[in-house]
Amino acid sequence: MISREEFGQIRANGIWHQNSSLIQLLGLCPLLAVTTNLVNGVMLSLATIIVMAVANVAVASLRNLIPHEIRIPVFILIVAALVTVVDLVFNAKFHELYLVLGIFIPLIVTNCIVLARVEAFANKNPPLQSLVDGVFMGVGMLWTLALLGGLRELIGGGTLFAGIDMVFPGLQPLQLLPADYPGFLLTLLPPGAFILLGCLIAWKNWVEARVAARQTGPGQHPAAPTVLADRV
Amino acid sequence: MRLSIKQPSAAGMALRTAVILLIFVVAFTSLLAAAFLWTRPAIEAAAAEEKMKLIGEVLPRDLYDNDLLKDSRQLAPSAVLGLDEASTAYLARKGGEVTALVFEAVAPDGYSGKIRLLLGVSADGTLLGVRVIQHKETPGLGDYIEPKKDRNKERPWIRQFDGLSLAAVADRDWRVRKDGGRFDSVAGATVTPRAVIKAVHKALQYVAANHRQLFASRAGEEK
Repeated sequence: MISREEFGQIRANGIWHQNSSLIQLLGLCPLLAVTTNLVNGVMLSLATIIVMAVANVAVASLRNLIPHEIRIPVFILIVAALVTVVDLVFNAKFHELYLVLGIFIPLIVTNCIVLARVEAFANKNPPLQSLVDGVFMGVGMLWTLALLGGLRELIGGGTLFAGIDMVFPGLQPLQLLPADYPGFLLTLLPPGAFILLGCLIAWKNWVEARVAARQTGPGQHPAAPTVLADRV
Repeated sequence: MRLSIKQPSAAGMALRTAVILLIFVVAFTSLLAAAFLWTRPAIEAAAAEEKMKLIGEVLPRDLYDNDLLKDSRQLAPSAVLGLDEASTAYLARKGGEVTALVFEAVAPDGYSGKIRLLLGVSADGTLLGVRVIQHKETPGLGDYIEPKKDRNKERPWIRQFDGLSLAAVADRDWRVRKDGGRFDSVAGATVTPRAVIKAVHKALQYVAANHRQLFASRAGEEK
C-alpha cells in the first residue's frame, strides 16, 4: 500500500523536484525533435506516461527475479517489448488515437527516461509506488513539453495548437500574432529548442532560489539546494 | 546476499545468469508474439477500412458491388503516370461489369517534390474524383490542393476535376486560368496546381491509351 505522504512526495518529485526534462535532462533527443508545437509535445508526453507506467509496474513486479548483473539488458528487453505491445494494442483497439499518437510511440523506445526510471525507481520499489512514479514523471514531462512546444510554436510561427484538428477534428489552431508575422525560424530548429530549454531551466532555478531565500529570510544565504541527492 | 555453503564456481554463476536471461527473452518474445497475433486481425481490418475510406472519396458507392481490395491488378511502372514502381489499381464492378478504375499517379513537379494522387476514372473515361494522398507543398500556400486545408469548404479546389474527361476538355484547356486554361488557382501559388493539372491530364491520357487492358474484366486478358 502507499501512504499519503509517500504519494505526495513521489508526485512532487515527478512534477517538480526531479522533473525529467528540467533536472534530470533525460530523453532530450525525441523531446527537442518533437516539440515544435504544443500539440506534439502533449501527445509525446501522453504516450510516454502510458509506457512509463506499464514499464515501471512490470519491472517492479519482477524486480526480485532479475539478477543484478544482467538487469540492464533485461530492462531494455522489458521496455522494448512493452512499447511494442502498447503500439500494437493502440493500433488495434484505439485506431483513431493511434493515427495521432502512432508516430510517437516508437520514439519512446529510444527515450532513456523510461530506462532511467526503471533502473532508479522501479528496481527498488513495489509496483504501486512505481506506477505513481511513472505517471507523475510523465506528468512532469507533460507540462514541460507543453510549455516548451507552446513557446516554440508561438515565437516561431505566431500560432498555438497547430495540428489540433488531427486530434479533435473541427478545432482550429489559434493565430495569436498577426497573420503577417514573419516567423522566427531559430526557435523551430533544434538549437532554438536548446536555448529555450536553457531558459526554462534558468527560470526553474530562479523560482527555487526565491523560495529558498524567502524561507531563510532576507540577508541570509539560502541553503544550498539538495535536489541532487537521488539523481540518476 | 544469502551465503550458500558451497560457493558456486564462476562458470556455474555465468550459466545460471545466462539461463535466467534466456527465460526472460523467451517470456517477453512470447508476449510480443501473442500480442502480434491477437491484434493482427483488428489492425488489418483498420488498414483496409482506411484504404476504403480513401477510395470512397474518388469512387461513388453506387458504382460498385464487389470487394475492391480483393479485385485489384498490378500496373507496370509508367512514366506517363509518373510512377517508377509497379502500383495497384482497384477495379470497381457492378454485376460483374467493370464500371470504374481507381489508381495512383504522381505529379513529379510540385513546388517541393512529388505530389501523389489517387484518381477514380469511369469506364467511359470520365473523372469521378481526384484526391491528393501525399505532398510536401508549402503549408498555408500550396496545400489547398488538399480539401481539408482548402479554405473554400463549399467547393474545394480539387473538386474542379469531378466529371471532366478528355472529350469534354480540349488539350489546351488543361491549364490554370492564368496560363489560358480553364482551372482556377490561388494567386501566388500556381506551381502546385499546374503540377496537379498536368498529372491528371496525363493520367487520363494513360487511361485512354490503355483502355482495353485496364478495363478488361479478367486480369488474364491484359497480357
